[in-house]
Amino acid sequence: MGNRTPHTRLGLGRRVAAVAAALALTTLAACTGQTTPGTSAPGASASPTEAPAAKTLTIAAHPELITLDPTAQAPAASAQAQLFNVYETLLKINSDGVPQPLLAQRWEVSPDGRTYTFYLNPTAKFASGKQVTAEAVVKNIDRIRTGQVDGKPVTAPDGTPVPVGAKYSTWMKVVQSATAVDPTTLKVTLTRPSNTWLYAMGDTPGLIADPDGFATLASKSAGSGPYQVKEWRKGDSLVLERNPGYWGTPGRFDTVTFKYIADPNAMNSALLAGTIDIIANEQAPDSLAQFADPARFTIVEGSTNAEVTMSMNNASPALKDVRVRRAIALAIDKKKVLDDVQAGRGTIIGSMTVPTDPYYEDLSGVNAYNPEQAKALLKEAGATDLTLRFRPANLPYATAAATDITAMLKAVGINVVLEPQPWPNWVQQVFVGKDYDLTIVAHVEARDLNTYDNSQFPNYYWGYANPAFNQLWLAADQAPREQYPDLMKKAARQLADDAASVWLYMMPNLVVTKATVTGVSQNQTTDSFDVTTIATR
Amino acid sequence: MIRSIAGRLGVFALSLLGASVVIFLACQALPGDPATALLGTSATPETIAAKRAELGLDRPLPVRYVEWVAGMLRGDFGRSFATGDSVTALIAPTLPVTGSLAALSLLLAIVIALPLGMVSALRRRHWQGGAVSVLAQLGMAVPAFWAGILLSIFFGVRLRVLPPNMYVPFAQDPVEWARHLVLPVVSLALVQAAVLIRYVRSAFLEVLHEDYFRTARAVGWTQGRALLRHGVRNAALSLVTVLGLQLAAILVGAVVVEKVFILPGLGSLLLTYADRKDVMVLQAVVMLLVLAVLVINALVEVAYVLIDPRLRAGGRA
Repeated sequence: MGNRTPHTRLGLGRRVAAVAAALALTTLAACTGQTTPGTSAPGASASPTEAPAAKTLTIAAHPELITLDPTAQAPAASAQAQLFNVYETLLKINSDGVPQPLLAQRWEVSPDGRTYTFYLNPTAKFASGKQVTAEAVVKNIDRIRTGQVDGKPVTAPDGTPVPVGAKYSTWMKVVQSATAVDPTTLKVTLTRPSNTWLYAMGDTPGLIADPDGFATLASKSAGSGPYQVKEWRKGDSLVLERNPGYWGTPGRFDTVTFKYIADPNAMNSALLAGTIDIIANEQAPDSLAQFADPARFTIVEGSTNAEVTMSMNNASPALKDVRVRRAIALAIDKKKVLDDVQAGRGTIIGSMTVPTDPYYEDLSGVNAYNPEQAKALLKEAGATDLTLRFRPANLPYATAAATDITAMLKAVGINVVLEPQPWPNWVQQVFVGKDYDLTIVAHVEARDLNTYDNSQFPNYYWGYANPAFNQLWLAADQAPREQYPDLMKKAARQLADDAASVWLYMMPNLVVTKATVTGVSQNQTTDSFDVTTIATR
Repeated sequence: MIRSIAGRLGVFALSLLGASVVIFLACQALPGDPATALLGTSATPETIAAKRAELGLDRPLPVRYVEWVAGMLRGDFGRSFATGDSVTALIAPTLPVTGSLAALSLLLAIVIALPLGMVSALRRRHWQGGAVSVLAQLGMAVPAFWAGILLSIFFGVRLRVLPPNMYVPFAQDPVEWARHLVLPVVSLALVQAAVLIRYVRSAFLEVLHEDYFRTARAVGWTQGRALLRHGVRNAALSLVTVLGLQLAAILVGAVVVEKVFILPGLGSLLLTYADRKDVMVLQAVVMLLVLAVLVINALVEVAYVLIDPRLRAGGRA
């Protein structure tokens, strides 16, 4: 008797416990959505292995790719692993931000800046063995531009369309036509001259895939690079193997593995124990002291294209007045934010541009920290009782910076209601719905200051509308190449003067490798973590 | 007997059905719209509407629920929103990982807790009993993930005797498979063992005061023999209940431990896809965990019958 009653009671209890456990899991899962990065995936760098029998290289990265097709979707994780390693471009933007020949041996620009002629390397071929012809390149440009090849939509074997990310097709809108003059000569005509277009051709939008593989890009790699995709273990890793027929200098490794690890501590432990060779993007800058021994590890610190930006909704009544926006900028001590959030690593910036941009200028002095002046400006603008809704994306760097900034704004008399938003909510309410006053997120795309041009991006969440800026940007983009940097500087300065946003700092490129690894690119100027330059002792 | 079995099955099915409703609704109530999460910064009101239609999110909730349940009955868990992969194909490779982790952890917990719990009960007035109790208290205070991080740093990074994290499939290299599982299994098992020790102790303490035990001692049996002959089986009855509960706790703990040790199991899958608000995958994984717990419960009930002959004869009302 005494034995029976207790477990009958427990039987019900256990059923309740089962459901409770399930709910707890769901909640737990919902609460851990903290790992999604900025406006797209962060980039990374690279590195090698020691020299055992089979040459392997294991790179820890985060987040994981969602599709094998690097052109399908905005998050750059697929391009991080594959651009330059599996897929190549006509030209390659090097670590200093300068275009170099790759599939094209050289190129010419017509005097009016509208026609580019590319001379392809006749030895270049895809992993399938077929030559990279001008005709193949035309098909790639057409696909990115319109989603169509030879007037027909590209579809997967199951009949669904093969998607092209809007972020990539936007860059190709300026192309009027692309034609193959002969198998190795390609002519591209633009609707207007564009300096930024050439850079886009050296990044993900310009990657050249084997047209025969268009239909299956999401499941099978079809590049011309030194590696090809061997296996994608979903939720775990992407394994690349050497392309045996590579047309250029062969890859140095038999296999290259991108191992996806969400937890920064686990990533660090794996490198400390030697089970991985490289951390492509160190997510915990304050933990770098563990890798201080140069006999065992190398820390590579450089630049990225990511501007960590405190956006101000220029369209909201409170922030329409440029004096209020300037006052907010003046109230923020960016140095303290950088120290607190990134352990001081990164570069303080003053506009939507980073040091590897050809038009970079240090504008951190514009509206630099001056709380007294901020108070005076607020008084002048009559904004003495200002309350702002601060909705940063719920990402570690953004919430940490927001906490600092909230205190700084309160110090100059601005009331702040801080409401960090989980990533999907942030996209929905802040980015799409524009329901915010202040927010923080990293903008990782290269040369993306044209997002402030409301003729190109009419509904962008900045709410910024200044025809003068639009003209400056267009004039710079269309200008002869040698005038491009100086003219684009004017556009960047206009943004800074208008305090269109507060650009806090450039996210540092932090790569940690075993000491035996060399050749890791210091600066991340494209979406790629480029393995081709990496070697191991 | 047959009616009793049919009744149990009915309760089992009802529990599953109830759980499926709760899970479905909870996943729908998660903050953020999956279509928006997928589109990220390429989201516009138009692209969101198109994506929602593509994913079938524009249809009424009851329709989607019925489709989901009907699919599961056919063994089809649907497709991931983000990647279009079959959810079954995503889950299948994680089962051996989480399965071996949970089973080995429970086994190790029992191997540790049974002798220590008995010692603690028998030697409760001596220093050994006290020591075990103190250790058990300590063990219970340490969360599994924390134990995992410490073990990983100490044995994996400092001493470098075991891999600090990651996984090697059994089929690829059984030795490496075992080496990679040692630390995660130990970190899960230690905490569970600490809990279990206390139950073992009290179960055996109870036995020590039973009439049949005193009788056995009175006819001259040693304490150890009396315990083995009469004690273990009686104590087992309440311990099996606890073990069923603990296996559920281990499954939940595995989610966190898998993250610490980067094991590609069910827990890692759950967290990765929660991040992407991939509701189809989440629903399936949580449903599977609930199913596992319910099956364990059923097995526990079977175990009662095997252990206790009194239940076999008459059955229960």
